Amino acid sequence: MDKTPIITLKDVKVHFPQSQGFKKKFLRAVDGVSFSIYQGETVGLVGESGCGKSTLGKAIVGLLKPTAGQIFYHDNDITKLKKDDFVKYRKNVQMIFQDPAASLNPRLKVSQIVMESLLKNVDMSKQEKKELVKKMIKTVGLSDDAPDKYPHEFSGGQQQRVGIARSLVLNPEFIVCDEAVSALDVSVQAQILNLLLQLKKDYNLTYLFISHNLSVVKHMCDRIVVMYLGKIVEIGSRDQVFENPLHPYTKALLSAIPVAGKKERENRIVLTGDLPSPTDVIEGCAFHNRCYECCEECNVKCPELREVEPGHFVSCIK
Amino acid sequence: MNILEIKNLTTELSGDRGIVKAVDNVSLTLKKGEILGLVGESGCGKSMTSMSIMQLLPERQSKISGEIIFDGNNLLDLSKKQMNEIRGNKIAMIFQDVMTSLNPLMTIGRQIMEPMMVHKGMSKAEARTEAIRLLDAVGIPMPEKRVDEYPNSLSGGMRQRVMIAIAISCKPKILIADEPTTALDVTIQAQILELMKKIREENETSIIMISHDLGVISEMCDRAAIMYCGNIVEEGTIDQIFENPVHPYTKGLLKSIPSLDKQVDELYSIPGVVPNLYNLPVGCKFADRCPEACEECSKGRPARFEVEPGHYVSCRGGIVNG
Repeated sequence: MDKTPIITLKDVKVHFPQSQGFKKKFLRAVDGVSFSIYQGETVGLVGESGCGKSTLGKAIVGLLKPTAGQIFYHDNDITKLKKDDFVKYRKNVQMIFQDPAASLNPRLKVSQIVMESLLKNVDMSKQEKKELVKKMIKTVGLSDDAPDKYPHEFSGGQQQRVGIARSLVLNPEFIVCDEAVSALDVSVQAQILNLLLQLKKDYNLTYLFISHNLSVVKHMCDRIVVMYLGKIVEIGSRDQVFENPLHPYTKALLSAIPVAGKKERENRIVLTGDLPSPTDVIEGCAFHNRCYECCEECNVKCPELREVEPGHFVSCIK
Repeated sequence: MNILEIKNLTTELSGDRGIVKAVDNVSLTLKKGEILGLVGESGCGKSMTSMSIMQLLPERQSKISGEIIFDGNNLLDLSKKQMNEIRGNKIAMIFQDVMTSLNPLMTIGRQIMEPMMVHKGMSKAEARTEAIRLLDAVGIPMPEKRVDEYPNSLSGGMRQRVMIAIAISCKPKILIADEPTTALDVTIQAQILELMKKIREENETSIIMISHDLGVISEMCDRAAIMYCGNIVEEGTIDQIFENPVHPYTKGLLKSIPSLDKQVDELYSIPGVVPNLYNLPVGCKFADRCPEACEECSKGRPARFEVEPGHYVSCRGGIVNG
């Protein structure tokens, strides 16, 4: 794999202001995240709900503006792009959304939905656009009569295929898949995962695959980023993270996955408590109140990401 | 001892385009203290089975036939009043969507107190004390404070705990949990599953666990039934189902989950789609998608037979192969 980064995040922060009476608070959805996504790889972004993984995905695609930090696409900082350049950027970076039913306009036909992104700023004749839309709908495995149907006529898996066709039609370089298969049944999930892998090969795509389902992430991804409460706790290759997890949170997350056909795991780590509220300012390590390896230093010192072995980073003081 | 016996349960629903059999001739037994898993993809009728047991379906649009025997009575013969005494009291349910199944305008305390005041005739003060004890039992910190809060101030995991507290408030004999952890994160899911196991051990509650997650089922349940298009296609102990699946659908499902142990290039996916319930094939409902189907399969519905003690399959192939 050649190592040209497509997307580089530098200390990205996304904070949402929340007013509570006279006090102004900030919800730190993403709080200082830096990593790179290289050409041709699939990066998995995992974590529990509320950890900021979707927010980060949206910030990369440009649906949200980061409060601080920089997001580089190749060498350009997308937070500083002018409007025209930004539109160009958006052509190359697409997103597949979580809920297929909610992310398709119910009043448009499938062909119109896929066509919509072609309407502006694309140098093609009407006929060419139509052909392309047709081809795309076929590529994602929908039947020939699909273009004239409305989203509600499809099952969840087929709706997700429409979403994939819509994101592919502009021939992007990079796609953010935000929980793209979470709403689907296992047998349909397998079909969509196979489709995504096939498309990756055919169109030379790079994915950021956001999911809370670790077995899916393991199947799909080359590298894995584990987030907790807006911060990265561990980054590594698939094997590094799954075979040798270093952060206590990653360990707990891995041991919590129920595995079909296996009886009770022996040393399951069941974490106590819930995620702390992201509006609270936490001193020390964000995980310390749920951590089973926590020591006194953890309550005070905020750990930094450090490299433990080549390409394997962890933010834990131990 | 069987605490619940379902015989030939058929639930028909009337829709815009005619009548569908959401549950088709389902027979199941639930033993005391057992956790039975009901697995299948969306639309296969697993929730409809539970709704039929609880009789929570709208009367005008549904027709339930068969027998559901609990405590010597057929639940389907009971009057509304008698059923109200059972529902939430002896048989309780944990619903799937925690966000929408709690009343946003009532404090969680009142929601937990309600069934105890209705069914057990407790006074308000007694019920409140009990509600606080229950919140503590399901692992909510500071129950005295939380009891007066509204659902919106709780996280998803905590709301699910509140749902469980409501369900176990009257010490039910049967707990029906409809996808209790689907909306939750894995670490929270692990906590909730632990909690449900603890409830089973403490009160000898029988649990029907509905889930599409085969991992959850295999870790939680003693026995499991796999549903497809309203039928139970395979039923057996967890080991039988996961070690020695017989029905092609079960095999396909197990193969299509990405595994944590092995890495494969392409996942197995069951070809085709679930047939339309309005327009079901005459023969085996799975025949069109089945890799092992033969001509006979499309002629009539397969009979149910016992492969090994306690392991039932509805598939013609099973007969042919022995």
